Amino acid sequence: MTLIDSPPRRPEVADAPPSGPSGLHRIRRWLGANGLRIYAAIAFAYIFLPIAYVTVFSFNVPGRTNLTWRGFTTTNWAHPCDAPDVCAAVGNSLKIGLVATLVATILGTLIAFALARHRFRGRGTTNLLLFLPMATPEVVLAASLLTLFLNFKVNLGFATIIAAHVMFCISFVVVTVKARIAGLDPRLEQAAMDLYANEIETFRRITLPLVAPGIAGAALLSFSLSFDDFIITNFVSGNVNTFPKFIYVSAGRGIPAQAYVIGSAAFFLSLLIVLVAEVVRRRRPTP
Amino acid sequence: MAIASAAHAPGTAPVVPPRSGLRSRKLTPYLLMLPGLLWLGVFFVVPLLTLLATSTQTPAPSGETGAFQQTLRFANYWDSLQAYEAQFIRSFGYAAIATVLALLISYPLAYAIAFKVGALRNLLLVLVVAPFFCSFLLRTLAWRQILADEGFVVRTLKSLHLMSDTTTLTASAVAVVAGITYNFLPFMTLPLYASLERIDPRLIEAGGDLYAGAFTTFRKVTFPLSMPGVVAGTLLTFIPAAGDYVNAELLGNPNTRMIGNVVQSRFFTIVDYPTAAVLSFLLMAAILILVTFYVRRAGTEELV
Repeated sequence: MTLIDSPPRRPEVADAPPSGPSGLHRIRRWLGANGLRIYAAIAFAYIFLPIAYVTVFSFNVPGRTNLTWRGFTTTNWAHPCDAPDVCAAVGNSLKIGLVATLVATILGTLIAFALARHRFRGRGTTNLLLFLPMATPEVVLAASLLTLFLNFKVNLGFATIIAAHVMFCISFVVVTVKARIAGLDPRLEQAAMDLYANEIETFRRITLPLVAPGIAGAALLSFSLSFDDFIITNFVSGNVNTFPKFIYVSAGRGIPAQAYVIGSAAFFLSLLIVLVAEVVRRRRPTP
Repeated sequence: MAIASAAHAPGTAPVVPPRSGLRSRKLTPYLLMLPGLLWLGVFFVVPLLTLLATSTQTPAPSGETGAFQQTLRFANYWDSLQAYEAQFIRSFGYAAIATVLALLISYPLAYAIAFKVGALRNLLLVLVVAPFFCSFLLRTLAWRQILADEGFVVRTLKSLHLMSDTTTLTASAVAVVAGITYNFLPFMTLPLYASLERIDPRLIEAGGDLYAGAFTTFRKVTFPLSMPGVVAGTLLTFIPAAGDYVNAELLGNPNTRMIGNVVQSRFFTIVDYPTAAVLSFLLMAAILILVTFYVRRAGTEELV
């Protein structure tokens, strides 16, 4: 390649006429370079359109329904509990979400460590048992849980909702935490052992802090799955009201603007948590 | 691992751990998994068995509502399949159309995030999943308002004569499919992004070096390499879509009812548990057959 003398250069194409009218040509090239970015912008507009709608209508002057624009007000944000039942339902959803997240995160993290760190018989079956709840439509999970509770005459309420939420969150926790453990550098733990830390110390001071972001992510995921679940909750909740149930029931007679406040507040709060976590992660040099 | 192999290096006598220690080490994974798997056993496996048992029951002779007895009537399956054939076809039809639409919308988006946005990548990925932070029902109801007859979308389309004055977008099959597509979009975008991002850019450059045009490179290199993402995304979208009933309930009309709607009303309105159980089971069976077909190609480790 380099030994051969460079061949006589072809005359530059600067004087060659551009194909087609130059303006059109330029637009085409610009589209070729930026078309996908423009598409992404349009796609994000589509993704956020309903959320923008919810946010805008959370500032609507409250009325019997929240379907037409009556004017701008901040009273809904100042007094989100003014509409009957909204805050009670949100409170129930928060309680259920916290308990279900705690239990699912602990149980799922234990399984993730077993799968990532141990070789054992029955691995395939375990993977299948974890995969199936994710591959089963929610309505089937809901129907089967309800037949269980009906057959064993279990009273529907907080306990049955939490049992169901933990069940469908475990698999997601395992997937998230397992990925984090698999991404760890094994040399860090070996170094700790070389420095005479025993297994428990190594786990507590090296492994657990390194896996913690994965566990936190799994917990956040579980909480949002639990907080937003409607189908399963609707089947197994008896007369306990949750926020999604409240919206579904009010959909017919009109949803109060205060529910839109809760919906958009939850959205912006979660987004903030995720973005702050991302910034913190970037500031610290990755281990 | 390295420590263990060093201990067995030639010259050093292998340290034999005490037997009880070895046994407890073998038990460790099972002890770690016990509580979680027990939970899945009691609240996932056992319920499926009670569902199966319920599916062959018939109304008790007492005639009391909600009382059923086990008669092993397998004809329940045939009866329900015949009675709700239309809803089955609709469930899978809507889910299939929504899955294809989600793939068409998500692929260029995932491609743009993977290759065209540079440092904005992580932020845009967060934005893809961000809708999940806002209530699923509120978003669906927002679409109902946006597509409503008095909303700006319909008014614009009508003023441009792209839509006749008598047609509506809400309470239609179009709205149901649009709602399903929207709601499960992130399930498609994320796996697509994950597999596109893993592609070595040198392979795509090599396509260009070998005089393939942009389109040929995409068709012969990029797309085949992103197949695992396409398979996973299709599966993750299709499964919840086929079982969904909220979109059909909130955005549809009585002629867009899906299997989920029937299961729900059989449980709560009609109190006919066996039919609801049969339909749930048939839905699950149909989906599992599909999943097995896909998993054969992708492998479970890949999906879990």
